[in-house]
Amino acid sequence: MLNRFPPLAVAAAAVLAGMVFAIVFMEQESDVAVISLIAAAALAAWLAGRAGVAEAVSRAALASPGALSALVAAAGLGVVAAFAEDHFPLLMLATVMLYATVALGLNVQFGYAGVVNFAGAAFFGIGAYTSAKLVGSGVPAILSLPLGGLFAALVGLALVVPVVRTRGHYAAVVTIAFAVLFKTFLEVNDAFGGPQGLPVAAMNVLGWDFGDAPTLFGADASFYLNYALAAFALLALAFTLVRRLERSWLGLALDAVRLDETGAACYGIGIRRNKIFAFVLGNAIIGVAGALYGCMQGYVAPTSFTFSDGLILVAIVLLGGMGSPWGMILAAAIVVVLPEKLQAIQEYRFLLFSAVVIAILLFRPSGLLPRRVRRYFPEGGR
Amino acid sequence: MSGEMLLSLEGVAKSFGGVRALNDVSFGVARGEILGLIGPNGSGKTTSFNVLTGLYAPNGGRIAFDGADITGASPQAVYRAGIARTFQRSRLCLELSIFDNIMVGNHGRLNRGLWHNLFARRALKAEHDAAFAEARELVALFSPSLADGMFQAVGALPMIERRRIEICRALIARPKLLLLDEPSAGMTHDETHQLMSDILAVRERLGNLTIILVEHEMGVIERVSDRCVVLNYGEKIAEGTYQEVASDPLVQEAYLGSA
Repeated sequence: MLNRFPPLAVAAAAVLAGMVFAIVFMEQESDVAVISLIAAAALAAWLAGRAGVAEAVSRAALASPGALSALVAAAGLGVVAAFAEDHFPLLMLATVMLYATVALGLNVQFGYAGVVNFAGAAFFGIGAYTSAKLVGSGVPAILSLPLGGLFAALVGLALVVPVVRTRGHYAAVVTIAFAVLFKTFLEVNDAFGGPQGLPVAAMNVLGWDFGDAPTLFGADASFYLNYALAAFALLALAFTLVRRLERSWLGLALDAVRLDETGAACYGIGIRRNKIFAFVLGNAIIGVAGALYGCMQGYVAPTSFTFSDGLILVAIVLLGGMGSPWGMILAAAIVVVLPEKLQAIQEYRFLLFSAVVIAILLFRPSGLLPRRVRRYFPEGGR
Repeated sequence: MSGEMLLSLEGVAKSFGGVRALNDVSFGVARGEILGLIGPNGSGKTTSFNVLTGLYAPNGGRIAFDGADITGASPQAVYRAGIARTFQRSRLCLELSIFDNIMVGNHGRLNRGLWHNLFARRALKAEHDAAFAEARELVALFSPSLADGMFQAVGALPMIERRRIEICRALIARPKLLLLDEPSAGMTHDETHQLMSDILAVRERLGNLTIILVEHEMGVIERVSDRCVVLNYGEKIAEGTYQEVASDPLVQEAYLGSA
């Protein structure tokens, strides 16, 4: 039905529709409007699937991946720009982008190497506390982000031995133990503010004060615009890195380790080396996102980095589709925005997302946007 | 054993708890030879392969390959030394493409540098294109239709195609020794015949690759092997040409039971 249009045009129309939907959706206040919009979106997605939009988008993704990514990025910036003056929607958008970045990190560990990490929120917290301590003591913010990643990766190294030595469920138990331990450690440690947590000074990058409201076309924008743009840049960076990792021999080795350790070993692939690489890289990505999150919130407390938050992060990876970078962004948006817009489910969100995870595992194990077979250089058309 | 031996096992033993899966097993393979490794179920054929490829550490004995001692070496080290294998039950990664699966076998020859893989995309593309051409050519020797769909997932393919891909995966890195663990498993008689013809044809092109073949179908062994080693209850009971071992009363008893 849509065959007579060029795939890229169809994909562009779909992206534009998505952007308009996101803006309209974020503006709604009443539960009725939000629920009707969700129902409309589900119906539209189903109809679009029937009409061949999904195929057009995948063909466009194969034929001109750069153009499609640029379109989606522009649409994302468009949504941010639409709310440039409003604190709350911007904070929400920035949170979506940071959670998506975290999910990309977990995806390297879980989706590629098969190392389940339930302590994602703890590594996120290590990044946040790093920037709380460093920015407060005068370290430039531009350094506190990479240092947040570095510390998260280093602390993760302490877990490497038990995680790599154990297989499957046992490795998961080690990360659960660490998640619980991390929150308790923060609560009893006065150097980290105990249960009350720590304030974080606003970021200042080379004279650009993130706490100041920027001026946009003569109007005063929200100071959260700074953070939304920084989060966008971070997400774009993490996305590119993870995409390139997947489309390389390194990503292939991680897949081989996840799918069949014995087979991989017989073809010379080091099992431990690959698991450690994925675990450390994933934690570093999560830590950088956490460092920015700390600055943005202006405050870090143990209750933001609990085991339950780690479960939500794993739920994002499962919902989006293991190994699928675009899926991480879509799922992060759903998981972060939905409870905020539907106040009725806010209190039940852990219950709801647990149910969603069970439903996903039962009915659509490959997630909302399933990962496709790897093409190393899709732009060649092969 | 003579100096011409590519691989030699001397007094290799492996036990699991009280079960002696291999007991003082010695045999060798000469360069360019096809050795049939046969025996009833549970006689230690696959265990021999697992010990050879480093999946199990032997409890005793010595394994030498191409002038080096590989006793107790890791699977990765055995692969690097030049031994590749296939498995009785396919170990292909079903959700990955044909090309991906073959590149798993090519892993040792690919550049795995962090910078090269993540940031030097142009150099990676050149390497990728060369590897793709090579893999495609190898697959085309077995099945031209498969070579036209290198990016389809392996899980959707029938058994015989999966076997072909598994053998391509083992051959892509040009091993010195190929271990085939029951290539006929799960296939019809005709498919097996076809596959063995393919293997023999490809082998010729690769300069008379040395092969050890574990197989249940005696027709296959008779057709392709230069020499046979017969195992029973983890011990070697006979060695020689197919005709010699087939007429050996010990072998007949092992297969048919004592009358």
